[in-house]
Amino acid sequence: MRQVARLWEFVLRHPAPVGMPALLVLSLAATVAIHPKFNAFDAQSLAMAALPLAFAAAAQAVVVISGGLDLSIGSVMAVANVLAAAAMENTGFDHSLLLAAGIIGLGAVMGAVNGLMIVVSRVPDVIVTLTTGFIWGGTALLVMERPGGGAPEEFLTLGTGSTLTPWISNSLLLLIGSVAIIWLPLRRSKVGLCLYAVGSDRVAAFRSGVAIGRSRVIAYMIGGLFSAVGGLGLTMTTGIGSPRAGVLYTMSGLAAVVIGGVSLLGGRGGVVGPVIAAFVLTVVPADLIFLNIDPNFGQVIQGTLIVLVVMVGGLVALVRSRK
Amino acid sequence: MSAGGTLHGPWPFSGARGVAEWLQRNTIVVLVLLLFGFIAIVEVSRPGTVNAVWLSNTLLFAAPLGLLAAGQTLVMLTGGIDLSVVSIATGSAFLMTTTALRFGDGWAVLLGLSVGLAVGLINGVGVAVLRVQPLVMTLGTGLMTQGITIVYSQRILATRSVVPEFIHQLGSARLGDILPVVLFLWAPIAALIIFGLARTGFGRLLYAIGDNQEACHLAGVRIWRVLLADYVVCGLLAAVAGIVLVGHTNSADLSLADTYLLPSIAATIIGGTSIMGGRGGYSGTIIGALILTVLNGLLTLLDSPEPIKQILYGAIIFLLAALYTRLTD
Repeated sequence: MRQVARLWEFVLRHPAPVGMPALLVLSLAATVAIHPKFNAFDAQSLAMAALPLAFAAAAQAVVVISGGLDLSIGSVMAVANVLAAAAMENTGFDHSLLLAAGIIGLGAVMGAVNGLMIVVSRVPDVIVTLTTGFIWGGTALLVMERPGGGAPEEFLTLGTGSTLTPWISNSLLLLIGSVAIIWLPLRRSKVGLCLYAVGSDRVAAFRSGVAIGRSRVIAYMIGGLFSAVGGLGLTMTTGIGSPRAGVLYTMSGLAAVVIGGVSLLGGRGGVVGPVIAAFVLTVVPADLIFLNIDPNFGQVIQGTLIVLVVMVGGLVALVRSRK
Repeated sequence: MSAGGTLHGPWPFSGARGVAEWLQRNTIVVLVLLLFGFIAIVEVSRPGTVNAVWLSNTLLFAAPLGLLAAGQTLVMLTGGIDLSVVSIATGSAFLMTTTALRFGDGWAVLLGLSVGLAVGLINGVGVAVLRVQPLVMTLGTGLMTQGITIVYSQRILATRSVVPEFIHQLGSARLGDILPVVLFLWAPIAALIIFGLARTGFGRLLYAIGDNQEACHLAGVRIWRVLLADYVVCGLLAAVAGIVLVGHTNSADLSLADTYLLPSIAATIIGGTSIMGGRGGYSGTIIGALILTVLNGLLTLLDSPEPIKQILYGAIIFLLAALYTRLTD
């Protein structure tokens, strides 16, 4: 009995790391229950559909942890998406990998520009990234006015195929790999510590000698980097570039961050929770299709889920403070 | 301090620094100068453009933005933000136009307004009672409202959507070819907000809460009531803006107000309302909305391609916000 109580306490204290995988398992179980013929192909298409959103969520998570907010993520994804589709159309595989590296670098630069504009101008991050959202969105339109372009088959396979086993698709490996290579070392490093410090208490971080401006710019830079990878993911999974495809990932990514247990106040949470939340947010509309319900309910559920999660959170805090 | 009501302090004719300080205290003057600056650019780039018809057009186009930004201003004064205003505007316009034939014009307008009331109420309960961060709360309700509007639109594909005639008149007609009818709605609302913010207890409490919530609490203010009312009013104003907008375009589609999110926030910020709360007012927001409308018209006038227009629009809004922050910091 006592062990159960202790376990419950642990769950209450760490709602995200325990709750998110549980929520994912639950939603996957529901999918299998609804759709008993769920096979490797379905798993693969699910991972493919979740790929861009997962990267958008990861990008937003890093920025939010550092106490910021980035409403230009979708536009940065769009730039990466159309650049890749425009530049790779008639290239070989090795060439396209080189281009991909360049585009990821450019994404980091765009993120850094976001961060620099915020730090230097002292304009609130919401405003700055809304305006840069317009600027990057216009840039994407400048590169490609209407959907088109393409990429070599091998490059697309990075996001669509499943080289190892049918159940584990390449897109899943790509996602796990990117997060493991970019985020995990960072989190353990001094820079990562600075991000959390700046996000949780800027004044205290400043007094402890953390370079506030630099840390914030780094956060936006990593956000831009993840966004660019997400844009490449869009190219891989859709096969083309589309200047307006990225836009809806800004808000959905933020939704995944909130559901994934990252506090918008900063300094709390990680990248893994939002990434899992991105999968949950992709599974639910898919289930609706299996159930023959209008998939447009997906967005309603997405919104309702956020509202419920944060309201219940608020209620719990309220009840606790009354005690 | 702030762009509200009267000018502060005597004109100090003591060199450039004195002027700068006076301007810092009377930012509304800078805003008006900026507005005239943009109008001058329009006139210079296309001589003969600025006339009575152009002015009346500008007011007509600025009205929906001004109303949308009114709610945004009221919410930002308390240190909040409302990302759901555009979804509310689209949703209320959509519900109104699709129910007009069945229930009659009057009921349709009330149904449209009820969208604003309902979403505003949910926002209010979340932010005021459960102390959810406004950004997250309104992001969620915004996605929810937008989703419901899309689902609803698919359900009623067969229903004909009509804009009630008097709403169409409200959104686009002019008296004597010059005076936009919408001013008869916008001006009283604006006067009410400006007066309410300056002279009523509710208005002063909005500033007080934005300035220092803890102090308000200790002073015995029931903060949740004020915030709840604030978000409901914001939702209602967004619904009114949506209805005016659909009167202007004369057809409701699912992306009716989508492009207004940045402008509604930008007009408020450029107008001198601090996103941290406690500082600002609606008169500045009106000028901000006019500036953005003139800017938009200017970019259209210059006939630049859509991508360039978008980039310039974003860049200029950023520069204006940066300028403003420099001036008031």
